[in-house]
Amino acid sequence: MGLEPAETGPRRASLAGQAVKLLASPAVRVGISISIATGLYGVSFGALSVTSGLSVLQTMALSLLLFSGGSQFAFIGVVGGGGSGIAAMSAATLLGMRNGIYGMQLNALLRPGGWRKYVGAQLTIDESTATSTGQEDPAEQRRGFWAAGIGIYVLWNLFTAIGAIAGSGLGDPKQWGLDGAAVAAFLALLWPRLKGREPIAIAVVCAAATVLAVPFVPAGVPILVAAVVAALAGWFSHGRRDEGLEPDIEPYGEHHHGRPGAGSADLRGQQGDGTQRGADT
Amino acid sequence: MSLWFWLLLACVLAYAWKLVGYFVPARLLEDPRTSRVAGTMTIGLLASLTVVNAVASGQALAADARLGALAAAAVALALRAPFLVVVIAGAGAAALLRFLGWN
Repeated sequence: MGLEPAETGPRRASLAGQAVKLLASPAVRVGISISIATGLYGVSFGALSVTSGLSVLQTMALSLLLFSGGSQFAFIGVVGGGGSGIAAMSAATLLGMRNGIYGMQLNALLRPGGWRKYVGAQLTIDESTATSTGQEDPAEQRRGFWAAGIGIYVLWNLFTAIGAIAGSGLGDPKQWGLDGAAVAAFLALLWPRLKGREPIAIAVVCAAATVLAVPFVPAGVPILVAAVVAALAGWFSHGRRDEGLEPDIEPYGEHHHGRPGAGSADLRGQQGDGTQRGADT
Repeated sequence: MSLWFWLLLACVLAYAWKLVGYFVPARLLEDPRTSRVAGTMTIGLLASLTVVNAVASGQALAADARLGALAAAAVALALRAPFLVVVIAGAGAAALLRFLGWN
């Protein structure tokens, strides 16, 4: 009995010491702030999802299992627009391709072993990748990935639940302008990727292809038409290798993005990044 | 087929994409075209989703309060507003225009 305080004392001190050490890590601090910023917009996803016709349970399944903001918004955007389930699934899946590229970068950068690969894969999204690749020290790259990945996962799901429950009590979503909120959300996801003339040209061409396709094909399909147009543009043109692979929320601010030397497998900042970005600002 | 089926399939495929990067040898994905296509498709899909949600109404095109939301969101983004503020601006613009009688 009398020995207990003596035993827990140092242990508590070392735990506190570890926590302090973790919080002193720049990557962890960035990870936490990006978690809060990204998590917060889970509210809009939750609310929009239930007003698009998904149940609260389906909404939570998307945030817990799919866990990739763009793909989740794509799924509910297609369903909300009257598209079929298969069109919604296709749009979400095509939008998720970039996570495979991030996985490859992170695998080369962090070299996770065993179960960490499987858990890390689920946490592989724009923001956790950007937080990790923005660091130069391998230990910081690892801390940044896990801090941002776990932080966003927890807060994104928490705020999705809040948004979904609040949204299901709203009544007529149009009266609250929630269809307008969806338009704004997609533009906000697109916006950080429009750095330079090429991505703007791709966006304009794909938008035009969509408008032209709407009257002729079932709802949801115009989005897939645009995906094909964009894929062809990427395949046959030569430009920045990491075009469009920007996070929705930039963890290091505009000028930090794409710094070279963040790792051999890092695509960011390898090709013409500095010149193109510099020319456009 | 029920929505649940496609939803869960989308979840499985999303995880499959993520895992692919960790298990496929890096050189298979080293072709710059792979990451180019992933990136341009992201831009194209988001542009398309923006437009569909702004002007499509089933298989018809419509000019309604959602265009106001698009404009308000663009202004908010140009002013570097955070994501949530942009979304609220879009909702507010659409709600206001409807209240004023423009559907």
